[in-house]
Amino acid sequence: MTVARRPLLRTLSVALIALMWLVVPTAAHAADAPKIYGTFTAPDGKPVAGVAITATIDGASQSTTTAADGTFEIVLPGTGSVDVTVDTTTLPSGLSLAKVGDESRTLTVISDKRLLFKLTTGGPTQAPTPGASTPAAPNAPPEGSPLSDQVAQLVVDGLVLGLVIALGALGLNLIFGTTGLTNFSHGELLTLGAFTALVLNRMGLTIVIAAPIAIVLSAFLWGWMQNRYLWRPLRKRRTGLIPSMIVTIGLAIVLRYAILLVFGGSSNNYLQFAAQQGLHIGPVSVTPKALILAILSVIVIVVVVAWLQRSRIGKATRAVSDNPALASATGIDVERVISVVWTLGAGLAAFAGVYMGLTQDVYWNMGQRLLLIMFAAVVLGGLGTIYGAIVGSIIVGLFIQLSTLVIPSEMKTVGALFVMIVILLIRPQGILGRPERVG
Amino acid sequence: MDFSFVLSQSVTQAVGITAILYCLAAMGLNIQFGYAGLLNFGQVAFIAVGAYAVGVVVTSFGGSLWTAIPVAIAGAILLALILGIPTLRLRADYLAIVTIATSEILRMVLRSSALEQWLGGTSGITAKMGKEFHDLNPLPADFGLPFLTWTRQDAWVVIVGWVIVVALVLLTWLLVRSPWGRVLKGIREDELAVTALGKNAYLYKMQALMLGGIIGAIGGILWAVAKGSVQPDGFVPDVTFFAYTILLLGGAARILGPVAGTIIFWFLLTFFGEFLNQAITAGWLPFLDITDVAAIRFILVGIGLMALMILRPQGIFGDRRELALDGR
Repeated sequence: MTVARRPLLRTLSVALIALMWLVVPTAAHAADAPKIYGTFTAPDGKPVAGVAITATIDGASQSTTTAADGTFEIVLPGTGSVDVTVDTTTLPSGLSLAKVGDESRTLTVISDKRLLFKLTTGGPTQAPTPGASTPAAPNAPPEGSPLSDQVAQLVVDGLVLGLVIALGALGLNLIFGTTGLTNFSHGELLTLGAFTALVLNRMGLTIVIAAPIAIVLSAFLWGWMQNRYLWRPLRKRRTGLIPSMIVTIGLAIVLRYAILLVFGGSSNNYLQFAAQQGLHIGPVSVTPKALILAILSVIVIVVVVAWLQRSRIGKATRAVSDNPALASATGIDVERVISVVWTLGAGLAAFAGVYMGLTQDVYWNMGQRLLLIMFAAVVLGGLGTIYGAIVGSIIVGLFIQLSTLVIPSEMKTVGALFVMIVILLIRPQGILGRPERVG
Repeated sequence: MDFSFVLSQSVTQAVGITAILYCLAAMGLNIQFGYAGLLNFGQVAFIAVGAYAVGVVVTSFGGSLWTAIPVAIAGAILLALILGIPTLRLRADYLAIVTIATSEILRMVLRSSALEQWLGGTSGITAKMGKEFHDLNPLPADFGLPFLTWTRQDAWVVIVGWVIVVALVLLTWLLVRSPWGRVLKGIREDELAVTALGKNAYLYKMQALMLGGIIGAIGGILWAVAKGSVQPDGFVPDVTFFAYTILLLGGAARILGPVAGTIIFWFLLTFFGEFLNQAITAGWLPFLDITDVAAIRFILVGIGLMALMILRPQGIFGDRRELALDGR
């Protein structure tokens, strides 16, 4: 990842990591003859067969080639220092090892060891692989453009990212406000929304029709149903907030790996609008789809805020956020409000998921990657406040993108999370939160 | 179906190196979460600090393992300070968010290309890190029981690992029945009451965070020594949640909870995984592929975590009264 130090978003579009590790340090089962093993996967997720690998231990060499599924395995005669070389001439044309020095390395094998080889197509036009980095808009001005142009582009990218975060954070904050639950599985609501649209899209609906259907379907399936069959019974049992938080962690793991199991680990695109020529407006380049989605999400956010301010149920929602017991005493059906909030939150999250899916890719842990950024946004704006979620999201989006001017872009999420911690030090209630006791 | 293989794998994993790592991580969480009520979602960061301290000191700076261990402990204390100062005064949900964020920050720093020279970037550090430790190995040959086989090196790590676990279990036992431990439990139950009695709750919580973190870091040290390799993406938040599942399975706020939890957890998980592997290989489950097993194992852990929290929050051996974690 040497290119990643260039302070431009272009780095995002460089092929990065080909392997998503299913990382639990698993099962190095003891054996007299340990093995080295691994998988060669192209950046597009397809296995690479026929790559020759040689392992040399104590002067004795063993060679193998990767099978049709890209895997290889060499059983070593014993433990010790092993030289592993990859015959790069056997790689398919166009592919090369991403890391210099990977073609020959020496390692100590004392038990079964999985080797990781990253492959890249080398060209900077490659679509980002899942897990490459934090979400970001894919456009960047050509290098060498004046700083003001770079800033203008990054501001646009930051606003686009901020809107995605806001759509997710709004639901997160509504649910927190009304139920007190910090939902660690909110990222999966984004992923589920994106995949619901993907399924409909693959079934033949164009994404323009599939997306709204998916959002409504997700709101019902993953929001209303989740509340009805998981959280309402738990509230009835008076499960505490900390146990509930741990339940959301468990749910996040279940959903994430269920999606991985069903859809696999590679990244997907919707059938329409996968690649679009950027529009050049002044110094800024933006794809039409990103522009339309940004406008749509602004409309959605404005409508939701207006609804919360004006409508009866919206006012009831704010009343429940303020004081559930008092709201209940004044005749507000708290359970109904919570049900509405879950449905709305899941719908907004699904919109954010489709948004991410259209501007980037759809992959199994896309929502998880945004979760901590959403938390940073709501903590920044004020946990439980509606405007806070929106303001915090926009600030975090801008901050993430603009910070790439001074820090390596691979570290931009770190910057946002770090700011969250600093905010907690100096103003724990967030920018728009009311000063209250949070400790 | 090779049933004895499945069984021997499960037994080996239940007491193996991975189990020891998770046992230590869960023991650290037990002090933090079980006794002090601190919802630390970043335990994996402490493991990473321990493991990387060994990797960096030994390979990048050419130091000895005996220098690396104090460095790792100091690193864990430093991390606890960094984590604790902004968050220990805050509510549980803030602590959870900040700790998980910190563990991710640490992971991204570890894998950054700017520090690749010392930390090895995304592929981490692979080298013989525990030479001094393995030189002390008194075992004459590989270790073999009917259901339990290890190489000479692994067996040495496993033996020392369990000795450390036992020592730390004793330490925990002594600590929680001391006045210090009673204050800690008091903070968990009612922080205001403890403060009113003149105890500095913040200081006690910080000490609990540090102690739990150090125990986690010891797990990391042992892992680096055993595996001779540390990789940044081995330290994802899921590791923390596995440790939580183990702790809640055995029973939080129980001295032996993490130990029992570890053995049961890894036995069941490996048994299920290997059984599935064999069943798929034998063609009994044509709709599944061998590569699906990892995902299914994760799903199982998630379901287990949810079910435990909903149905039996005190775990197998826990005492419900000990875990009245409800307040905010």
